[in-house]
Amino acid sequence: MSVGMLIDLTKCIGCRGCQIACKQWNELPAEKTHNRGSYENPPKLSDKTWTYITFHEIADGSRVTWVFAKDGCRHCLEPSCASACIVGALHKRPDGAVVYNAHKCIGCRYCEMACPFGIPAFQWEKPVPYIQKCTFCEDRLDQGEEPACAKTCPTGAIEFGERNDLLQTAHARMKERPDKYVNHIYGEKEVGGTSVMYLSSVPFNKLGFPTYGPEPLPRYAHIAMNAVPPTIGVVTVLMGGVYWIIKRRDKMMSQETDGVTEPTEKEG
Amino acid sequence: MESEKRPLPVVTTVILGILIAIGLAVAIFRYIHGLGAATNLSDGRPWGLWISFDLYCGVALAAGGFVLTGTVYIFNMKRYYPIVRSAVLTAFLGYLMVIVALLVDLGQPWRIWHPVIYWNPHSPLFEVGWCVFLYTAVLALEFSPNVFERFNMKTPLSVIRAIQIPLVIAGIVLSTLHQSSLGSILLMFPESLHPLWFTPILPVQFFLSAVAVGLAVVIFEMSLSDKGLGHHVDQGILAGLGSAIPYVLGLYVVVKIGDLLVGGKLGLIFTSGIYSVLFLLEFVGGAIVPLILFALPSVRQSRTATFWSALLVILGLVLNRFDVSWFALAPRLGTTYFPHPMEFAISIAIVSSGILAYILATRYLPAIQSIKKQPEAG
Repeated sequence: MSVGMLIDLTKCIGCRGCQIACKQWNELPAEKTHNRGSYENPPKLSDKTWTYITFHEIADGSRVTWVFAKDGCRHCLEPSCASACIVGALHKRPDGAVVYNAHKCIGCRYCEMACPFGIPAFQWEKPVPYIQKCTFCEDRLDQGEEPACAKTCPTGAIEFGERNDLLQTAHARMKERPDKYVNHIYGEKEVGGTSVMYLSSVPFNKLGFPTYGPEPLPRYAHIAMNAVPPTIGVVTVLMGGVYWIIKRRDKMMSQETDGVTEPTEKEG
Repeated sequence: MESEKRPLPVVTTVILGILIAIGLAVAIFRYIHGLGAATNLSDGRPWGLWISFDLYCGVALAAGGFVLTGTVYIFNMKRYYPIVRSAVLTAFLGYLMVIVALLVDLGQPWRIWHPVIYWNPHSPLFEVGWCVFLYTAVLALEFSPNVFERFNMKTPLSVIRAIQIPLVIAGIVLSTLHQSSLGSILLMFPESLHPLWFTPILPVQFFLSAVAVGLAVVIFEMSLSDKGLGHHVDQGILAGLGSAIPYVLGLYVVVKIGDLLVGGKLGLIFTSGIYSVLFLLEFVGGAIVPLILFALPSVRQSRTATFWSALLVILGLVLNRFDVSWFALAPRLGTTYFPHPMEFAISIAIVSSGILAYILATRYLPAIQSIKKQPEAG
C-alpha cells in the first residue's frame, strides 16, 4: 500500500495556503524575493521552499484564464534521486514517501542532477550543507496525519489518500466531466508513475510540466550496475589468462633459442 | 645511486607555488562561506567545472597507468619498461588530484569515506567512489617501490615484488570499472543529456576513449619531460605506443558511429546546431584525425608530429568529457552557468600541485627515470 496525493488544478484558487503550511510545519525560513510582475513567489523551489504555487496565464479563446499548479516532490514510484544517491541517504519508505537521511549525506548533489522534476535543493550558503526536499511530511504520516499542504487546502484541490484509490477517483472525475478535464492524469504513468498526481483543464505541457514516457529513468544505470560483477570476473580471468599464456610463450621461445642449456623439457 | 642531480627549475617552481597558495586561500574561503559563495553553481546546475575538468578529465587522463602496467607486466612487452614508472607516477598523482578536487567539491568532504559503510549498490556513483578509493590504494602500492628503493628498504620491496602481478591485474580491473562507471553516472540523465551523446553503451565508449587517451597522455608526458626534465626516451618507444592508438580509436569510432546508426541518430550530427559543432570537433578533430595521423609511419617517426597528434587525442577527450558532463547536459529551466573565478583558481591550483609533485618526485626518487631494462616478472 502506498500513499499518494491527487492535485486537481481545476479546484486550485492560488491561495498558496499549502506553501505557507509547508513552511510552518517544516519550520522553513522565508526568502527575500523581488517583484517579478507576478503573484508567483518565490520564483522557484529552494532549500527554504519545498513547495510553491506556479501561476500560468492561459489563452482560452477570447479570454485569458489563470491556472495554478503546485510544484514539489512527486515522490516517484522509482525515484531517480534514491537510485543516484551514493550512500542511500535518499530512499523510498515502504509507504511511498521519498525521504532523506541527513546523517549519511556527503553533499555530492548527484540527486539534484538525476531528478527529472528539479526537486532536491542544496544549502549553497551553508558551510555544513544538506539536501532539502519535501518529505511528504513523514513525521505527520507516522502519526496517521495527512501532509500539512493537503490538510490546509481550503478547496480540496489537494487530496491525500491511497494512491490506487486516488487513481480511481481521478478516472471517475475525468469520465464524469470530459469537457472539463484533459484526458491525462499526470503522474499516473510518467517515469514509471509518481505518488503525487495531477488533474488539469489544460494540457500539462502548457503548465511547464515536462513530457516523460512511462519507463523509470534509472533503468539504464541499473543495467550498467548489474554488469559490474560479471565485468570483474571476465577482466580478471582475461588478464590472468593473457599473462599466463604470454609468459609460457616467452619461456618456450627462450628455450628454443638457447635450448641446449635447458634440459628439463624435451620437445621435438 | 646516480650522483648527478639536476637543479630544480626555480622559476617554474615559484610560479607553481604561487598558484597553489592562491588555491589554498580560495579553499579556506570556500570552507568558511560555503559552496554558494565560492562558485556559480546552483540547484539548476549543481555540477560544474570541478566535476567536468578535475573529475571527468582527471580520471581519464590518469588512464596511462593501467594501460602501461598492463602492457609491460601482463603482455610482457619489456621495451616499454623504462616508462612504466613515470606512467604509474602520473596516474597516482592524477588520482590524488581527483580526490583533492572532490574534497573541495563535496558539500561535506569530511564524510568522503561514508560510501565505505553506507551502501547503495544501485548508484553508479557508489561504484565510482569505491573505484577511486581502491585504485588509489593500488596505485600507491605500485608506486611504492620508488620510495623503498630510495631508502633501501629490502623487506617491503620484496613483498611488493611478490604481489606485483595480482596488483597489476587488480589495477586493470578497477580501472576498467572506474573509467566505464563515469559513463554509467550519466545513464541517470536520459532526459537531460543530448541524444548525440546519450546512449546505454556510454560506459563502453568511456572505457575505449580512456584507453586511447591513456596512451596519448604517456606520449605527451614523455615528450614534455624529455624536454623539460632531461628524461630521454627513445622515439621507438613513443612510436610503438602511437601505433596502438589507431586500433583503439578505430574501435571507438566504429562503436560510436554504429551506436548512432542503430539509434537512428546519424542525422543529428549535422542538425543539432551548436551541439553538432561540439560533436564534430571532439569526434573528427579528437578521434578520426589523430587515428589517421597515428596510422602514418611518417608521423610516428617524427617526435614533433607524434607529440601534436597525441595532444589532439587529449584535447578531443577533454572536450568529450566537458560535453557529456556540462555542455550537452541540459540544466534546470532558466539556469545559466559560467564558472566563478574561484572555481578556476581551485582547478589551476590542483593541476599546479600535480606538476610540482611530478617535478619533485622525478628529482628525489631517481628510480622513476632510470632506464634499467630489468622487469622483475618474466
